Amino acid sequence: MKDKSLKKVLVIGSGPIVIGQAAEFDYAGVQACRALKEEKIEIILVNSNPATIMTDEEIASKVYIEPLTVECITEIIKKERPQGLIATLGGQTALNLACELDEAGVLEKYKVKLLGTQIDSIKKAEDRELFKNLMQEINEPVPESAIVSNWEEALDFCHKIGYPIIIRPAFTLGGAGGGIAKNEKEYEEIVHQGLTQSPINQVLVEKSIAGFKEIEYEVIRDANDTCIIICNMENIDPIGIHTGDSFVVAPSQTLTNNEFQMLRTSAIKIIKALKIEGGCNVQFALDTLSNQYYVIEVNPRVSRSSALASKATGYPIAKIATKIAIGYNLHEIKNSITGKTTAAFEPALDYVVVKIPKWPFDKFSSGDRILGTKMKATGEIMAIGRTFNSAFKKAVASLEERYTGLLHRGFENLSNDELLMELYIQDDRRIFRLAQAISNGNEINKLCAITKIDKWFVSKIKEIVNVEKELSSKQLNKEMYLKAKQYGFLDDEIMNLTQCTIEKIENFNLQASFRLVDTCAAEFSATTPYFYSTWGEDDEVEEYKLKSQENYKKPKENIIVLGSGPIRIGQGIEFDYCSVHAADELLKSGYESIMINSNPETLSTDFDVATRLYFEPMKIEYVMNVIKKENPKGVLVQFGGQTAINLAEKLQAEGVKILGTSIESINAVEDRKVFEKLLRELKIPQPKGCAVTSTTQALNAVKEIGYPVLVRPSYVIGGRGMQVVYNDEELLTYITEAFKFSNEHPVLIDQYLEGQEVELDAISDGRDVLIPGICEHIERAGVHSGDSMSIYPSQNISRKNEKILVKYATKIARKLNIKGLMNIQFIIKDDKVYVIEVNPRASRTVPIMSKVTGIPMVNIAIKAILGKSIRRGGFGVGLYKKSKLVSVKMPIFSWQKLNRIDPALAPEMKSTGEVLGIDTTYKKALYKAFLAGGYKFSKSKQRVLVSLNDHCKKPALPIIKRLFKQGFFIMATWGTHKFLEKNGIPSKMIEKFMIDKLQKRMKNGRLSFIINTPTTGKNSQHSGFQIRTIAQMYGIPSFTSIDTASAFLTAYKVFDKNTVLTYDTITNYRKKNFMELFK
Amino acid sequence: MGTLILQDGTIIKGDSFGAIGSYSGEIVFNTSMTGYQEILTDPSYAKQIVIMTYPEIGNYGINDFDFESDNPALVGFIAKNFCKNESHYKSRENLSNYLKTKNIIALEGIDTRSLVKKIREVGTMSAFITSNDVDKDFISEKLEEIQSFKISSDIILDVSCKSRYIFNPKGKINLAFIDYGAKKGILSSLAKRDCRITVYPASIEAKEILENDFDALFLSNGPGDPADFTFQISQIKQLMGKLPIFGICLGYQLLAIASGAKTYKLKYGHRGGNHPVINLENNKVMMTSQNHGYAVDMENITKFMRPTYKNLNDDTLEGFEISSLGIYAVQFHPEANPGPEDASIIFDEWVNIMKKDLNRINEVKNER
Repeated sequence: MKDKSLKKVLVIGSGPIVIGQAAEFDYAGVQACRALKEEKIEIILVNSNPATIMTDEEIASKVYIEPLTVECITEIIKKERPQGLIATLGGQTALNLACELDEAGVLEKYKVKLLGTQIDSIKKAEDRELFKNLMQEINEPVPESAIVSNWEEALDFCHKIGYPIIIRPAFTLGGAGGGIAKNEKEYEEIVHQGLTQSPINQVLVEKSIAGFKEIEYEVIRDANDTCIIICNMENIDPIGIHTGDSFVVAPSQTLTNNEFQMLRTSAIKIIKALKIEGGCNVQFALDTLSNQYYVIEVNPRVSRSSALASKATGYPIAKIATKIAIGYNLHEIKNSITGKTTAAFEPALDYVVVKIPKWPFDKFSSGDRILGTKMKATGEIMAIGRTFNSAFKKAVASLEERYTGLLHRGFENLSNDELLMELYIQDDRRIFRLAQAISNGNEINKLCAITKIDKWFVSKIKEIVNVEKELSSKQLNKEMYLKAKQYGFLDDEIMNLTQCTIEKIENFNLQASFRLVDTCAAEFSATTPYFYSTWGEDDEVEEYKLKSQENYKKPKENIIVLGSGPIRIGQGIEFDYCSVHAADELLKSGYESIMINSNPETLSTDFDVATRLYFEPMKIEYVMNVIKKENPKGVLVQFGGQTAINLAEKLQAEGVKILGTSIESINAVEDRKVFEKLLRELKIPQPKGCAVTSTTQALNAVKEIGYPVLVRPSYVIGGRGMQVVYNDEELLTYITEAFKFSNEHPVLIDQYLEGQEVELDAISDGRDVLIPGICEHIERAGVHSGDSMSIYPSQNISRKNEKILVKYATKIARKLNIKGLMNIQFIIKDDKVYVIEVNPRASRTVPIMSKVTGIPMVNIAIKAILGKSIRRGGFGVGLYKKSKLVSVKMPIFSWQKLNRIDPALAPEMKSTGEVLGIDTTYKKALYKAFLAGGYKFSKSKQRVLVSLNDHCKKPALPIIKRLFKQGFFIMATWGTHKFLEKNGIPSKMIEKFMIDKLQKRMKNGRLSFIINTPTTGKNSQHSGFQIRTIAQMYGIPSFTSIDTASAFLTAYKVFDKNTVLTYDTITNYRKKNFMELFK
Repeated sequence: MGTLILQDGTIIKGDSFGAIGSYSGEIVFNTSMTGYQEILTDPSYAKQIVIMTYPEIGNYGINDFDFESDNPALVGFIAKNFCKNESHYKSRENLSNYLKTKNIIALEGIDTRSLVKKIREVGTMSAFITSNDVDKDFISEKLEEIQSFKISSDIILDVSCKSRYIFNPKGKINLAFIDYGAKKGILSSLAKRDCRITVYPASIEAKEILENDFDALFLSNGPGDPADFTFQISQIKQLMGKLPIFGICLGYQLLAIASGAKTYKLKYGHRGGNHPVINLENNKVMMTSQNHGYAVDMENITKFMRPTYKNLNDDTLEGFEISSLGIYAVQFHPEANPGPEDASIIFDEWVNIMKKDLNRINEVKNER
């Protein structure tokens, strides 16, 4: 039963979004908080990530947006005195923090009970050695392994085990220095390399089980020892590729009942031995030719896989895990799906679920696409189908790529021999190579042998490929059309393949139908508002509506919210925040809200959020199917990022009403010429610029505009391929690349104003405009706004310019008749305000601005869209009064997961997440932002490596002076050293090319940080690129903008002064008066 | 194109992937996501047409190791999607081949979810399954026959072994076992725990069992309406109190009736691998494998019968014991096959009881 002593519970979030730890923990955290709220428990929430829904003030009783450090949490515990702590829902971050708090004696001192899985269990699951011992105790097989520190020991191990062997160096990041050895020569080479690279000269050698099937089980256990499996999942890719980077299917497809139960029993045995209380994930490797299996890993917490399992089955794992943590047993928790039974049951599926990761390689063209043991995907999509084929095909369509088919991915141009050679490559495109190889007529068994993908999956892909071939060779009839639809083919694909018209297809008079996800394969009547589409079957939407509408008298109108698809760089969790709030406000305003999205990690695809959820690809055809079914009043596109915006025009062409800002206005700001004209008409200054199609044109254009200029390809998302260039030489180098990116579209050349970058979000009803606040960027213009640090409220903008900003925003909003949200970016240079960008939709900063100002921006925007005037919204119009707090947003990158990507800041966005530092003064907020970002401050000052390009030398001088004054020892490369010498700053000259020496310093921790402004070109031969890459490997900050470096020095000063930080809730910070400081 | 006709007149077309022919039977559904081979060969499905709710069927073919009996007793098999290209190292043949050799009619390409919803609403129905594309006239002629279909009251004689045999002769515990259509999984679970099992056909008389010096008696699962099997119940009555008796599924139902309880037909039965059953003593929940269309009426059990397990989904009785008489029985299938193995501890518990009893008897013998 529930632990009645719990009145107040602390919940720790997972911090910023990084690769491997994304929106799934916002989903889990919100579920946890709601479960606690149901129990009337006061929730104290800490998370440094402001873009989350869990940090909304209505989610918890008190929300602390503060750094996730032991010091901070300790202070909060001291102040709040919670009786319990939940740490198993905030990813690895929260789990590690709980262990650290326990070790520091904080939990004991303040009598905080760790709820759910206990420290001892966590350690047994996380510590390799302890885990291995436990598995041996309970007779569960783990791959044989040994920790070795010299070649002799390594040789010993291989004599016992045989090849292949995996070598993993201890404590190197990104798996650097490791690999798989198939013979002694390779083994010796990799072991030596690993020993050299490991900072503690240790490597783990392990029997390789690459090629085994990878199977996962999601398990829940309560304190009474009842255990259930929510679902199992099978990786289509064999062991060797991280499960986060694998194509995954749920439930398993190739396991006999015997194998399924053997692993299920093992998973339960393990969770019982570990005494997990809550959710847990167990990963297995299963031989393809025997019953031999190995336990690979156990995650003693909810995870990305459990979010996927929740969405795949409809079973709310995080919610139930929370109830268990506060003392309930599974059979005491009501099953909210059937309303009658209990949570002690195992879902039965009558559909198939396929997950495909979303990788950032389209953005990082230079990145290493090879997949291995380190996860590289930023997000994922999930698709549900009645059969594997349809789920798989839908999943591919959900990736939102240009091509939705399996073929015609460019591999048809390879000879068959080349293709078969490339088939050995394990990267993000391997499934498409496989499809092409099947299409070429290769033997299935041969392809299985090369890819190690089970014949079952290869055969299924062959079935899809065959349908594609059938379509292109036969006359389309109704029967063939239905078959293609049941295989998941899109009308566009069918028309392309069969050369037939849309009229012909429409004449077949066939429609998609929707089925319910009910956790029980229709055995019991259920009312989950959760649907997926299929073909040639009965539809359940009407039936569902009849059943659920008994609750209210007259049917309401509905409005569709388009979600933002998978998390990717440039389109992250912030849009999920907006979608969820949009659905929420629609309900409050008396409408039904309909959510369409394809992302299993997020809260928006929790079936509790909207009136009805459709789990579908964000493609026009799938969206239209829902619209035909729901007949909505209109569709909201402005909250789902570029994904939703991209659908707007097509929806309008289909006669669907787009609510809020019109398509014409959206297009007006996207079309460069129209936008230029518009600003000119409004007499708003903008940087000079033009579009060019040749190098000669470019050189001429620059003569008029003057250097520096910003060069970018047109029609790309998130500033892909943008660059600032300073002279003809750089221009010529770069423009060729830009033309390549541009695919025949012109390249844009703009005057680069190296000024103060300013940003604001506004809500408009077409007449009035409410601006919650103005943010100023720390880095000067030229860094993508998503990658720059930004301050609210602005610190360095004059009253006069603030007024101008508001005036311009109002003018633009009125001219474009903006209804809803809008984001505008400005540059202030020489006291003159220029507009550089207008986004007529929700932006990345909406969650932050809503929190720091207390204005529920999405809710007000929805009201404005629905026709309510902003003037009567309660927050006035124009610029809202400044909050009493200062906040600093800091971008967070995932470099360590992605190899061969230059960590230099550029006009192209690279960060995956963000943290927010909040305090009463700028300096303290800044210091907190760096702390939250994981930067380390130390009393013993070390060396700082400085290497500046020519453009930066002069502006950097005051910063280097401060660096020296603050007690750092400066090392500088030749040019920089000479420059500093001339200006009277002592530095030690180092050879830029002595990478080894630098690496050694980094390894020994004798280098504090690096200031290295990049030279043009992304050539990885550049030594700067190399230095930065090595620095990221060792976790040493490397600042590529002198402004970030300057901010870091400011933060360092706060640290040096022994400033005592205090922590408070966002609500209190907003109200706090400066006078309090002196009390 | 094959056809399925339900007793209410519903006609559903599907692609035939089994034998050629037609049968009448009782239509039921199973929600297990794996284990079609075990389900096909479970004799408790005698004269039934089984719908698999999981859509992909046939994925790993048919192997030599997962049979629950030598010959399927069901008459029809229905799936959303039959997998033509199976893949498993153990697979010896394709599911379709197997169904053809065993003369089972099978249809695929059917909207199984809608069919299951219908059964959920209406209840278990009789139905007619054929590999042929039949016309309207045929259907209207056939309907009456379908509606009058009933599983015969001696069905267990069809699926029971025909004569006595010994399973695991090396076992130490001397166990009598009545086969009403037993799954192999029960026999091997007992053999694994050191039982020497004398398997009798369902027609066995009590006195023949009593003539031998058995340590305990085990009553197996099987098809049909338990109340029909009056002969078997009367034999059980004669055996109660004479030696410990254990029962699973039909064996449990017969023991309950023999103890004075009543059974009733469930609307659409329990068939699947995810049925939560709570141990009424310690509140621990197990996921169990189930296959039954009848239940013991909880309201009408005698005061000697102590309920031991309950179904969490619908609160039906799942187990009882009369410890003074040494009677222990469960409705669900601790042998799994297919389904979760959580309940296998019941075999451990029971075999421990048998052993204790054995020790007690030996002690008495030694004292004499």
